[in-house]
Amino acid sequence: MAEFTLPKNSKVQKGKTFPAKDAKNAKTFNIYRWNPDDGANPQMDAFEIDLDKCGPMVLDALIKIKNEVDTTLTFRRSCREGICGSCAMNIDGTNTLACLKPIAEVKGEVNINPLPHMPVIKDLVPDLSQAYAQYRSIEPWLQSDTPAPPDGERRQSKEERAKLDGMWECILCFCCTTSCPSYWWNGDRYLGPATLMAAYRWIADSRDERTGERLDALEDPFKLYRCHTIMNCTQTCPKGLNPAKAIAEIKSKMLERQG
Amino acid sequence: MSTQPTQTIMRSGLGRARGLGSAKSGAAHWFAERVTSIALVPLTLWFVFSVFSLLGEPRAAVQAWAGHAMNATLLLALVIITFHHMAMGLQVVMEDYIHAERPRLLAILAMKAAAGLFALGGILAVIKLTLAH
Repeated sequence: MAEFTLPKNSKVQKGKTFPAKDAKNAKTFNIYRWNPDDGANPQMDAFEIDLDKCGPMVLDALIKIKNEVDTTLTFRRSCREGICGSCAMNIDGTNTLACLKPIAEVKGEVNINPLPHMPVIKDLVPDLSQAYAQYRSIEPWLQSDTPAPPDGERRQSKEERAKLDGMWECILCFCCTTSCPSYWWNGDRYLGPATLMAAYRWIADSRDERTGERLDALEDPFKLYRCHTIMNCTQTCPKGLNPAKAIAEIKSKMLERQG
Repeated sequence: MSTQPTQTIMRSGLGRARGLGSAKSGAAHWFAERVTSIALVPLTLWFVFSVFSLLGEPRAAVQAWAGHAMNATLLLALVIITFHHMAMGLQVVMEDYIHAERPRLLAILAMKAAAGLFALGGILAVIKLTLAH
């Protein structure tokens, strides 16, 4: 059965509190901590941060904590401008990128957890290897039997190119996939919104010649049809994309080829 | 104190993601769910409306109503489509929440058997009501 409660050793406990010294504009960040090496349960540590001495984004606060309060705090980050997808995490109950989330948008204390329902490597770092493998399984690259013109690129009309808009922008942060209850319950077989949108990105590409094979590979009660249009994916996407629409397009293509 | 992880699956991530491949089915089920749900909207409205208009009438009047060929046909359609739709929907719910292979298969088979029997019972009731006229 699907599990609705956390196993005993995953129950989150109250952790340490790090008060801010003489801060006029303090805000509390409650951050999920788990260390694979100490055998202890995960805990929520509370860090008070002086917002007058901190950048505007949640990532700025995390970096400040790591630099000045607790160097053991572990999280992924790279570009700090919403293009690498590394700092995907659950902030204030919603999956998003810490670098794109203004602290001011969160009322009261800021609760920060790793992406939901994925194995945790440490603190805010989830293990995404299965999601990456699923992405690999849809063969996200151009496949064409017609060779490319010897003296130039494969050509595409403006209309054909426009079909990829809203999909090529995906940065594979997996905020959508890890927000999807269907992925939580059946992530071993359901491909999830990020991977399905990537699949449709190639189905919709006029230069790709494996459209039928791509649809064949997706027509499956679990790989595709676990999507029940819950729409968490579209609601949570930090890039404002619409994976639910891409999945609906795949379903309508499935029907279209039935005649 | 560190806990030693035990590794029981060493198959590659890609191998697990590809799994047993695609079942090459699911589109028909998905489409049928939607078609039956749309069909049930007018059928259910018609049925509820009819039941209310027959409130307080004697049994003979109800039988006369059901004995009408069109009413009998629509009643049969309502019974069949309702249970068909219910079985398809519950199958999806069971696939969602029952993870182990064997219990899932058994639960789905039991549910489909029950739905089929309920449908047959409903059909029989409509026929009895209709022929009694």
